Amino acid sequence: MAKKTAYLGMFTALAFVFSYIEFLLPINLGIPGIKLGLANLVSIVALYTMGASWAFPLSLVRILLTGLTFGNPASMIYSLAGGILSLAIMIVAKRCKLFSVTGVSVLGGVFHNVGQILVAILVVETASLLYYLPVLILSGTAAGVLIGLLSSILIRHLRKITEMEQVGR
Amino acid sequence: MVKSVIPAGLKSMKKNDLKLLAVLLGLALAAFVGMSLYARFTTKEPQAVVLLDGKERGRYSLSEETVVEIRQEDGSYNILQIRDGKAEITEASCPDKICVNHRPVRGQGESLVCLPNRLVVEIENGEDLGIDAGTR
Repeated sequence: MAKKTAYLGMFTALAFVFSYIEFLLPINLGIPGIKLGLANLVSIVALYTMGASWAFPLSLVRILLTGLTFGNPASMIYSLAGGILSLAIMIVAKRCKLFSVTGVSVLGGVFHNVGQILVAILVVETASLLYYLPVLILSGTAAGVLIGLLSSILIRHLRKITEMEQVGR
Repeated sequence: MVKSVIPAGLKSMKKNDLKLLAVLLGLALAAFVGMSLYARFTTKEPQAVVLLDGKERGRYSLSEETVVEIRQEDGSYNILQIRDGKAEITEASCPDKICVNHRPVRGQGESLVCLPNRLVVEIENGEDLGIDAGTR
């Protein structure tokens, strides 16, 4: 248990650093909501090596930390919406055993953007934001594929922690 | 290192992943086509509609050059500028300035959004930008 806690701490710190790196990158394409989702890399690896019950608090803590440090309370609402929806979908997708890690990551990326757009629509009470949906689906998919490919390699190499999930939490 | 990651990762993918990608791409395409078709049925003059908290506060024709200061009770503001048939936000009180950095808009359905100030500037009857609409 102590070992898992230590790993969780490391994952949290890592996710936080990835968020910071993304924060440093310029807004690139001029459309709100486009991001690489590097922190998802940590979420997915944690999901597959430590299980959903550890990955969920990891994501929550990371979003809160990042929101408080680099964002503002307003932006945290969107991050939370996107992050929670994304992780929930990924947990379900992983359990269904239909997709590989990359597929799960793609779903995570797309639904992260979908979650953010839905909350944004609720906040400004305008449906016109749906206009951004095609672009966000595409960018979520592209980022998801990239993150997924990287994650699958990492998960395979982090086998020792993987065994922990089966042996019994 | 990159050369070994991609093929190794690709080998781990399953058929369902490819189906998922196809569905997502199809969805994005369908949504885009749907919205473009919808735009084709309106032929009125392009306008920039200012919405605060979802309520319309003003309409400005894109053919007239104007500068509008949208100031709210709590002191937050956005400065909307209409120029060259496009609308852009040149100044804002929000911390992230995503609205200011957004490229000027003129196409049907495009919008400038300032989430902290709960402001949306929506283009109505704008031109149909075709393939480039969402990706420029």
